[in-house]
Amino acid sequence: MSTVIQPAKTPGTAGTPRETSGTRLAVRRFLRNRLAVAGLGVVMFFVLFCFVGPLVYHTDQTHTALQQVNLSPSGAHWLGTDAVGHDELGRLMYGGKVSLTVGLAAGVLATVVGTLWGAAAGYAGGWIDAVMMRIVDAGIAIPALFILLVVSAITTPGLPGLILILGLVSWLVPSRLIRAETLTLKNRDYVLTLRAIGGTHARAILRHILPNSVSTIIVATTFQIADAILLVAYVSYLGLGVQPPTTDWGGMLSAGLTAAYSGYWWLILPPGLAIILVVWAFNAIGDGLRDAFDVRGRG
Amino acid sequence: MSTPSYLIRRVLQAVAVIVIVTIVVFGLLHALPGGPARGILGPQATAQQIARFNHEQGLDQPLPVQYLHYLNQLLHGDLGTSYTLNAPVSRLIGERLPKTLVLTVLSMVIGLLLAIPLGMWQAVRRNRPVDYVITTLSFIAYSTPVYFLGLILILVFSQVLPWFPSQAPQGDSLAQVFSDPQALVLPVAAGAASMVAVFSRYMRAATLENLSEDYVRTARAGGSRSRAILRRHVFRNSLTPVIAMLGYYLPVLFGGALVVEQLFNYPGMGLLFWSAAQASDYPVLLGCVLVISAATVVGTLLADVVQRIIDPRVKAGRA
Repeated sequence: MSTVIQPAKTPGTAGTPRETSGTRLAVRRFLRNRLAVAGLGVVMFFVLFCFVGPLVYHTDQTHTALQQVNLSPSGAHWLGTDAVGHDELGRLMYGGKVSLTVGLAAGVLATVVGTLWGAAAGYAGGWIDAVMMRIVDAGIAIPALFILLVVSAITTPGLPGLILILGLVSWLVPSRLIRAETLTLKNRDYVLTLRAIGGTHARAILRHILPNSVSTIIVATTFQIADAILLVAYVSYLGLGVQPPTTDWGGMLSAGLTAAYSGYWWLILPPGLAIILVVWAFNAIGDGLRDAFDVRGRG
Repeated sequence: MSTPSYLIRRVLQAVAVIVIVTIVVFGLLHALPGGPARGILGPQATAQQIARFNHEQGLDQPLPVQYLHYLNQLLHGDLGTSYTLNAPVSRLIGERLPKTLVLTVLSMVIGLLLAIPLGMWQAVRRNRPVDYVITTLSFIAYSTPVYFLGLILILVFSQVLPWFPSQAPQGDSLAQVFSDPQALVLPVAAGAASMVAVFSRYMRAATLENLSEDYVRTARAGGSRSRAILRRHVFRNSLTPVIAMLGYYLPVLFGGALVVEQLFNYPGMGLLFWSAAQASDYPVLLGCVLVISAATVVGTLLADVVQRIIDPRVKAGRA
């Protein structure tokens, strides 16, 4: 990832008219980006589908129904049924809840940890910065999938544990971005003035540096969520996933892997396409936000 | 900074990173429930047996002493002994690593050969239909879990259309791997897809940046044809940041190889790692993590150094 960040915009303090018009300009630029707006639409659709859908479309996702396994799509079951007789459309909603919740929580957690770490490193400078960033380098050098597979050999976490693990393997890239941003911000006059009149380091970081990095943080969060949802999809495949009868899109996909060879396409295409669409959507939103805010993130 | 002092600094940084990785790996080994003794002797072991094992293996010594001991072993190329395969981890990895490198390097080279022209084409045709189509396709490829893509490839190109085998080349030696190039097609395609997606984006961005530079305008004003400018100047200048990104992309490639090897039953390091995870064979797991991470650190270092050598702007601090 490129750690070069151009000064994003003229620094203003929150709430001044200049900031408001900057935000409005960014919103207008974002709305002109068709792919980004489409991405926003896709995310909104899936949130409604997964969280409101089950209220309208009632299915039993707890009990198995062995008299109706692996049925192909029909009027009664629009997307057919799976290997233990669960309605696949209902399962898609049910699993999507887990995928979206875990992905969002892990993405936000990763950005929060990365932001604090990066801001602290960049602000401290010197050997503290060097040590903190070498730790980041070491973390990036260990592929996340390898760590996740080692963890799965040791334990099977619940949902909060899963969020924690995913957050802890993916905070590294945002920490680099925020560090670079902090390096350009920490020598601005308002930070130096605050220090001169006796303000604390914590105040300088929390009240000045982070608020001025907010566009970078928002863009990073969006990409982080996209990556986290993708990572959630791998987690079941690696044997770390949520336990049945609970499931997520990755779990449905892994469960359908062998069934696919028998021609039961309805067990893999819907969860696979759902993952691709949602991850694509968050990436498109991130891309649109990055261009709208004019910050340099990734790609 | 002059090039030699830059090199020394970067190498020292890389060494520091590898040392941190060993601390993480060592920490993981000791974070295991019951420690390594539980792992080896199994859940049935009595407290007495565990105490004796810990004493024999020096596990009752203070952690820093144990860490130094572990480091000393590493420096002698000793990664421990597999619990289940009854062989030194270094030998197991030595047998499997070349095969994983073949898969990874092939995916990387083929991915780049596709991504670079695609990215340049997009930049030249910016905001035209072809740009949108390729952008959309690369986002889709980036958003697809490798195992889903691999499965689709197997279903389409092995089941429906019987063009390629669904299993990667088997056999222990590299010669056997290369003796069946047809069987390599699907695994390499699965590994290369996200590579194409990511690097066509980088190449597009880098080319766009260069197209707006003064030297392009100067060359145009001087009467050079667009094609010649692209080939002679823009291509080279856009390639350097892309090469630097390669180092950072290595962990993703190795992670992809883990999945691809499992899916296509390719006997590389990823498959070794996978079966070690099923068997809780911790020395193999940790040895693999260490080797893969070290490979990534060295790869990143090489990419940085190559970039610095071929692009004078980096030295001047402009890129």
